[in-house]
Amino acid sequence: MDRVNAFARRVPVWAVWMLALVPLGLLILQAVTNNLGPDPVKTLERDLGDWGIKFLILCLAVTPLRRFAGLNLIKFRRALGLITFTYVALHLAVWVSLDLAFRWAEIGADLVKRPYIIVGMAGFVLMIPLAITSSNAAIRRLGGLNWRRLHKATYAVAVLGALHFVMISKVWWGDALLHAAILLLLLVLRLPFPQRKASLA
Amino acid sequence: EYAKSKYSTDEAPNPLNEITSYNNYYEFGFDKADPARYASALTTDPWSVEIGGLVDKPGSYGLADILKGAPLEERIYRFRCVEAWSMVVPWVGFELSHLLNRVGVQSGAKYVAFETLMRPEEMPGQQTPALDWPYREGLRLDEAMHPLTILATGLYGEPMPNQNGAPIRLVVPWKYGFKSIKSIVKMSLVAEMPSTTWNMMQPNEYGFYANVNPTVDHPRWSQASERRVGAGLFAGREDTRMFNGYEAEVASLYKGMDLAVNY
Repeated sequence: MDRVNAFARRVPVWAVWMLALVPLGLLILQAVTNNLGPDPVKTLERDLGDWGIKFLILCLAVTPLRRFAGLNLIKFRRALGLITFTYVALHLAVWVSLDLAFRWAEIGADLVKRPYIIVGMAGFVLMIPLAITSSNAAIRRLGGLNWRRLHKATYAVAVLGALHFVMISKVWWGDALLHAAILLLLLVLRLPFPQRKASLA
Repeated sequence: EYAKSKYSTDEAPNPLNEITSYNNYYEFGFDKADPARYASALTTDPWSVEIGGLVDKPGSYGLADILKGAPLEERIYRFRCVEAWSMVVPWVGFELSHLLNRVGVQSGAKYVAFETLMRPEEMPGQQTPALDWPYREGLRLDEAMHPLTILATGLYGEPMPNQNGAPIRLVVPWKYGFKSIKSIVKMSLVAEMPSTTWNMMQPNEYGFYANVNPTVDHPRWSQASERRVGAGLFAGREDTRMFNGYEAEVASLYKGMDLAVNY
């Protein structure tokens, strides 16, 4: 594991950004070449949301990976968070523009009437302060403790994101449940486990 | 090569590749590309449909027998999925009433119940408990006898592709797509309203009638508008039409009924 960590230390953060934006690049390429299938809007919207959830999983995996596997990826976590925010924001933008086509009356009705939309929007809104406070300057201004407290909202984002995905499914089966289960597991791994006390006797 | 029908829409049909690569057929998986991916494993010959219940001539009818003398027509219908997308499909089929009249509907019959093939070894979705298999649907007898209601056996003048419900499926164009049950192996004429799969699964979301109705929302999403499949990234949405545009033909079937209650 030391060698893996040594390797990870040498990987620049921008490389993670480049890698993480490959799916977005492919989606854009498919869009301009008309290769998103018969319902391109739905494919784009769904895939962007899907990548949002996947990067959220990676964000939340950083701490357990360090704790249980000794793998230290902490230097990539900010980038992973911002990448998650990017995909989720684009997912929302596609919903408003290409899917609902700026039909504001329907968008407004959805935002107050549809639980899965409300849950998804709540998750997005909760991500905004986290994205805004992701700079070193913001950490200094807030102070480390306050910053850490604020960023615990990520756990709520995870719950809301998983719920949003599960609630739109028509059947209790498949990807939504799998992703929700992984997110739940990553949250459970954060619960304080009873430590075996060293005995002096 | 098939007779044209006065019931066909003059809207342009979606190309065959869209109709055959983007649809729901949960027996083959829950992604809309899954039916095209897996349905080739389905054996559709030999095929027979068991017709029973309150009929004069119950029995197991082979497909060739069912098609003998059936007045096949091209029916270009609008198709509206409950998920708020739509297509235009050039079906080849014949009126369900033709078959029902052949087998002789008895006076006590009020509904028709349909069942899809149950064959998990060829239908991987049926190996999951996602739905209570086999898939079941039903129509009120007057809906079943309506001239718009057809049993379809082809698309674009060719035999029905497996992923679209080969070899014989129902098409009821004024209802959400899930009513148009695929790969039918059983039809029963019954006195009581039959259980139907989506209604059994989520009764507050999927009613027995499932008529396309822009004023009655699905509890989780609006039915006011729809995305036309194949229209591209920037096409936006179009307003959903009452009874999917077939109001003139079918509204009378529901006169006096509260459609918000009987959704």
